[in-house]
Amino acid sequence: MNKNVLIRLNGIAKSYDGETVLDHIDLEIHDKEFVTLLGPSGCGKTTTLRMIGGFETPDEGDVFFDGKRFNDVPPYQRQVNTVFQRYALFPHLNVFDNIAFGLRIQKLPDAQIKEKVKEMLALVNLKGFERRKVGTLSGGQQQRVAIARALVNQPKVLLLDEPLAALDLKLRKDMQNELKNIQHQTGITFIYVTHDQEEALSMSDTVVVMAHGRIQQIGTPTDIYNEPINAFVADFIGESNIVDGHMLEDYRVRLAGHVFDCVDKGFAKNEPVDVVIRPEDVDVVAPEKGMLCGLVTGVTFKGVHYEIIVDVKGFKWMIQTTDFVAEGETIGLSIDPDAFHIMKKSEFSGLFGDYSSFSDELEMLSNAEEEIEEE
Amino acid sequence: MKKRSWFERIAAAPYVAWSAMFIIGPLLFVLFFALTDADGSFTPDNILSLPSYSHTFGISLGFSLIATVVCLLIGYPLAYCMSRMSERARSVLTILLMLPMWISLLIRTYSLMALLDNGGLVNSLLVGIGLPKITFIGTEGAVILGMIYDFLPYMVLPIYTSMTKLDRRYLEAASDLGCNSLQTLFKVVLPLTMPGVISGVTMVFVPSISTFYISQKLGGGVFDLLGDTIERQFQLADTYYIGAAISLVMMILILISLAVMNKFSDGGEDIIV
Amino acid sequence: MKFLSRFYIAIIFLLLYAPILVVILFSFNESGSLSSFTGFSTYWYSDLFRNDEALTALKNSLILAISSSLLATVLGTFAAFSISRAKNKYYKKIMESVSNIPMMNPDIVTGVSMMLLFVGVAQLLSAGSYLGFWTMLIAHTTFNLPYVILSVLPKFRQMDKSLTEAALDLGCTPVQTFFRVELPYISPGIVSGLMMSFTLSLDDFVISHFVSSPDFKTLPLYIYTQTAHEVKFSMYALCTLLIFAILVLLIAVNVAGSMGEHRARKKAGNQMRGGN
Repeated sequence: MNKNVLIRLNGIAKSYDGETVLDHIDLEIHDKEFVTLLGPSGCGKTTTLRMIGGFETPDEGDVFFDGKRFNDVPPYQRQVNTVFQRYALFPHLNVFDNIAFGLRIQKLPDAQIKEKVKEMLALVNLKGFERRKVGTLSGGQQQRVAIARALVNQPKVLLLDEPLAALDLKLRKDMQNELKNIQHQTGITFIYVTHDQEEALSMSDTVVVMAHGRIQQIGTPTDIYNEPINAFVADFIGESNIVDGHMLEDYRVRLAGHVFDCVDKGFAKNEPVDVVIRPEDVDVVAPEKGMLCGLVTGVTFKGVHYEIIVDVKGFKWMIQTTDFVAEGETIGLSIDPDAFHIMKKSEFSGLFGDYSSFSDELEMLSNAEEEIEEE
Repeated sequence: MKKRSWFERIAAAPYVAWSAMFIIGPLLFVLFFALTDADGSFTPDNILSLPSYSHTFGISLGFSLIATVVCLLIGYPLAYCMSRMSERARSVLTILLMLPMWISLLIRTYSLMALLDNGGLVNSLLVGIGLPKITFIGTEGAVILGMIYDFLPYMVLPIYTSMTKLDRRYLEAASDLGCNSLQTLFKVVLPLTMPGVISGVTMVFVPSISTFYISQKLGGGVFDLLGDTIERQFQLADTYYIGAAISLVMMILILISLAVMNKFSDGGEDIIV
Repeated sequence: MKFLSRFYIAIIFLLLYAPILVVILFSFNESGSLSSFTGFSTYWYSDLFRNDEALTALKNSLILAISSSLLATVLGTFAAFSISRAKNKYYKKIMESVSNIPMMNPDIVTGVSMMLLFVGVAQLLSAGSYLGFWTMLIAHTTFNLPYVILSVLPKFRQMDKSLTEAALDLGCTPVQTFFRVELPYISPGIVSGLMMSFTLSLDDFVISHFVSSPDFKTLPLYIYTQTAHEVKFSMYALCTLLIFAILVLLIAVNVAGSMGEHRARKKAGNQMRGGN
């Protein structure tokens, strides 16, 4: 990957009416990179994006583009284009005129405009849609027009603000692949905002996890998933059991009244830590063979596997297993040393990773709320 | 937030200048004339002479209140009935309701006068069936009737609009909870259409209390309403001062009553025209 | 119940229309009688058209309505744009309240206050004759403004903020954004504001009554002077013509409304076809 830094955010802070939205953010974005800003609503990801787009000005700190300070450059003078959350297609123009909009502002000759628009329509699989009114298009088609309208200007950077949030699941998956392909073909830097961790993991070169106006972790999708830096990241990316533990010495961790071997080191003797165990890394065994024992309090069939909730000494674990286990059964749990991921204590310790009040319904409700807030 | 561009800042400048000169300015002149005499020196005399017009204030207020109440009593059931018609019928009725609003008030008042005139159609019908003629023109009733006739559509339309906007599920919920249709009307429909009632009341009351054409035509010059008094003062240059004082008081009274009515309902300000 | 409600609607509408229908009917009455219809004639119409004064008044009305509604629409649209963008709550509140004053005030107060302004300014400048077309234009524009703002402002408010941002993002300066994106978006509001201003101006009598001079009479003022003392049958004819003009206008607006979209679609198609 090209390691030229294209955009640099330096100590960016922003607050509205005394409420901090961004708390001194530092971020570098490289040329031709697919970067995703990931986080729950209100974490500051959209504000960060809008600062790069030129729709917000930072209270403190600087935005650099290609090494030049960029804070006060208005949006229409930036080589950056945006795909807006609900597309923001111009309702009074048809598909062709929407895509040609930026080129006409640049006063390109008509023939060239026609050429470029045609190219773009081919790229987003909308050949023959030139004359359609944007109001008559489906969500997915509008999405493609929005992408084409931004890309046709050959920006250095394309900003995408939850572009797939309004699409249904199946279409969202297709568009994820397509966006990834378009990014490869055009070689344009993509900065993508989403609250969907799966989307972030499957599309990005680099994921930036944000919470409370701060960047929690920057890394490749595998880094972020396997080596979360704190309880927030561990919980936000995938399912995690996050258990209080003590690092007895290098490679030895004590949790739930049992001492386990692990592969982590470099902590102080007896340091209190957060231990992450992913639900798929726990094996269900007979009670007498288990390192830990617990009572099954809930079973949900998920298709590929069962998701069971196990009460181990009052702490509820989530475990994914392909074997059926009945509710009320006592089972043993076995965990391999490399399944433990040890994290230092943080402000998020104790807030996440316990499934005692877990239910699918609640999860869905909170997701729905999140989406509404994003509006 | 982004700073506002220079264009956003200056776009309102012509309008600001215009409204300062031609909305605020005239009101200041009303104030000025109301408080000065022909020499241009300050005097409270104009205001102090107003009690001699208390009779005028009284009948104007009386007539327009009666007209407003009657319009409400006729208009509310009408809006209610209209809102329960089929979609097709409603669209026709809406146009029929709005058409009179587009016809000049002069024409409508004049046509009512033609109908009620001593030699008019109503009286010739009365004579035709062997009854004595009735003199309408010049009676209180004719003036009030004129107000009702002229302004009834302005009462019905906002109420009707707020009724059609009313979510039918509220009505279903009410009947589900045991209201009969009369109870539903009083406990659910009436409170929810209050904003419409309030804009209807203002749209009838304000023009009624300030009219002069209706009383001239249908009152036969017998009644001196506020509007007539003001209009007369402005025909002669030296009585502008009294006219300004009456206008000032009327304006203040109306603004106060509007403010009071808006207190009753938050939606009262979305007047439908 | 259903019958009762239909009956009620029918009665009220009948009463509402009876006087108008009588005027229309008697405008064709051959004798100058209000009480009985003696025979069909268009005498009163030809009487009306022989009358230069009526035609001049019509011409004046149209000139005034067109110019004041255009002026109000331009001023009001820019004002609505600026109000919708204002960050300061008090500024917004004041702007909206001030623009509502002419709408809330009784017409007679607006008319009187305008007249006093013109009289007062003329006194200050010791000028002579001051009332006429220009004072009428100012007054009509002023009372039209709140209606323009009322129909344009909601359009600006409805507009998705990201449309504006998208235009800026695609390289438009704020001025280009206004003319290329915002103006087309709010154009239905502008059209309805313009239409409303035009008809209000055409219809206005009370305010004009105070700020006009005998040299510049509009149609309502003409009707007023004609009906001041006696019943004139040529006025019946004039009223009938006006009622039909309004009817035609209303229907045309309705038809144009539904045609507009159709035409827009077709136009977009043609453009593309021409382009290929």
